[in-house]
Amino acid sequence: MTVGLQIGIIVGYLLLALAIGLYAYQRTDRTAEDFYLASRTLGTVVLLFTTFATLLSAFTFFAGPNIAYANGPEFILVMGLMDGIIFGILWYVVGYKQWLLGRQYDYVTLGEMLGDRFASRRLRGLVAGVSLVWLFPYVMLQQVGAGTALEALTGGAVSYALGAGLITVFMIVYVVAAGMRGIAWTDTLQGAFMLVTVWVALLWVLAAVDGPSAATATLEADYGEFLALGGGLYTPQWMLSTAITIGFGVAMFPQVNQRFFAAGSKTVLKRSFALWPILCLLLFLPAFMLAVWAQGLGVEAGADGNVLPAILDELTTPWFAALVIAGAMAAMMSSSDSMLLSGSSYFTRDLYRPFVDATLSERREDFIARVGVVCFALATFVASLYNPATLFEIGDAAFSGFAQLALPVIVALYWRRTTRAGILVGIAGAQAFYFTSLFSSALVGALASLEASLTGTVLEMLAGALSALAMALTTVFPGTYAGWTPGLVGMGLGLVLTVVVSLLTSPAPDERPSRYFEGIGAD
Amino acid sequence: MHRRRELVGWATVGVVLCALAIPWFLWGSSTVVFGLPLWLWWHVGWMVLASAVFWLFARRAWGLGVETADSSERASATASVGDGGGSR
Repeated sequence: MTVGLQIGIIVGYLLLALAIGLYAYQRTDRTAEDFYLASRTLGTVVLLFTTFATLLSAFTFFAGPNIAYANGPEFILVMGLMDGIIFGILWYVVGYKQWLLGRQYDYVTLGEMLGDRFASRRLRGLVAGVSLVWLFPYVMLQQVGAGTALEALTGGAVSYALGAGLITVFMIVYVVAAGMRGIAWTDTLQGAFMLVTVWVALLWVLAAVDGPSAATATLEADYGEFLALGGGLYTPQWMLSTAITIGFGVAMFPQVNQRFFAAGSKTVLKRSFALWPILCLLLFLPAFMLAVWAQGLGVEAGADGNVLPAILDELTTPWFAALVIAGAMAAMMSSSDSMLLSGSSYFTRDLYRPFVDATLSERREDFIARVGVVCFALATFVASLYNPATLFEIGDAAFSGFAQLALPVIVALYWRRTTRAGILVGIAGAQAFYFTSLFSSALVGALASLEASLTGTVLEMLAGALSALAMALTTVFPGTYAGWTPGLVGMGLGLVLTVVVSLLTSPAPDERPSRYFEGIGAD
Repeated sequence: MHRRRELVGWATVGVVLCALAIPWFLWGSSTVVFGLPLWLWWHVGWMVLASAVFWLFARRAWGLGVETADSSERASATASVGDGGGSR
């Protein structure tokens, strides 16, 4: 009965989303700007919730609570610092400036904004290319997740491939029809839904266990350490590295970054900015504390490894647990459709237009944008059928990958002396570093097996060289740097490279620093 | 000069907001108050404070460091015939 209910709720959600999408479709102009940015008209509530829902969807229900369950409630602090405060400040530092520039010069993507100021098609392509490299596997992971969840939910009646395929088709239809406006509207609905359900869940569970003091008391008795601040996974270095890299990474994630361009007015940005930390707290506190209390109450994580559904199953009624799980799946989809839309815009605006056909008309671009969505979704779907280990690893590291873009971009936004060479080297250098460190253990393994297969004198010399190379790799790219993650070290490298190379080079004659530094203001 | 001092002031506030979102001075503490660890209460209060600070910033200093001197000058030029915004 629960299964039928869950599927019913998911189908119901999809139909509702489709209805909203079709309504949004009727209200759109056929231009790329409208498709991608809802013609820069989003209001406070919609902007706030669309950013919120895009950013904090399935992770808040599944992966995040699992971490808190296994390691303790400190994860609330990490998430609060990362999303509530660091991202909040970037909302102003990066977001407000981007919004002003976007309005003044009609920018739709990050690459476009940078490429224009540095008069560099190559920079524009690099930013878009790098973003797509991280985005593609991340979207694929969502499809893998949806396919797996549907297969588990229906006890195999819907196969993995069929499940992932159904979700893909739905996303294509939805994104192609609705564009940014429709996505933002469903996100709003969904963000509100997430908040309400998670608080109802909290109150329900607390009522069942006689309040927070009783729930915590069981934890205190058995796991005093669990409640102490710090310990285990939670070292200061890990907490700060995670909060900083993900916080900055989020601001460069295409679907989040692009929302900086979509605000309707300065007032909208101001209000959303002030509400942001409280909104984050309101979601994280109940979601993660539920998982923490589940530990004290001896709730076992479900077969899929997720703890939140398990505690709801145990302490509330099945239909409510089903509702929350369905909501989480819907959340996963709503993040994916935003990513599809942004991915397609990066592709058409920053790769197709500048490198293939510069004379694209507005209407034609709108058409190509929608074709781009279809291609992107189909390609990630095909990849999800194979789910190759390499792509899985890249998708998993996407936040840190995007974080590598942040500091060169911020330097360019605020330091007039930044040169084209500086930002190119900063971005490329940080990316190269992070990629290598992500795959360094795999590389070392490959070198070792190659080395073992070499025999004979000449070849043994070569083998010696290989093992030296492997040594060098492990020395330069260890797993952590005194507890700090490679993602954070890469960010520092990007910053240093951008500044040093900018100081060593002079700006190219066609660069346009005045675009970022003169006449920037609202009204 | 006034703008510059304001910028440094708000930047300091931002750094402090980040630095104390995690109450390092309660490291290792497992004191429980009203059903939640004390350090978690600190964080809850801190996030509310952050919202209040963001709100204050949005009211009082929005545009600082982002809008360029020429545009903010134009805005303040009507109020006072200042020093010509000598910095930049």
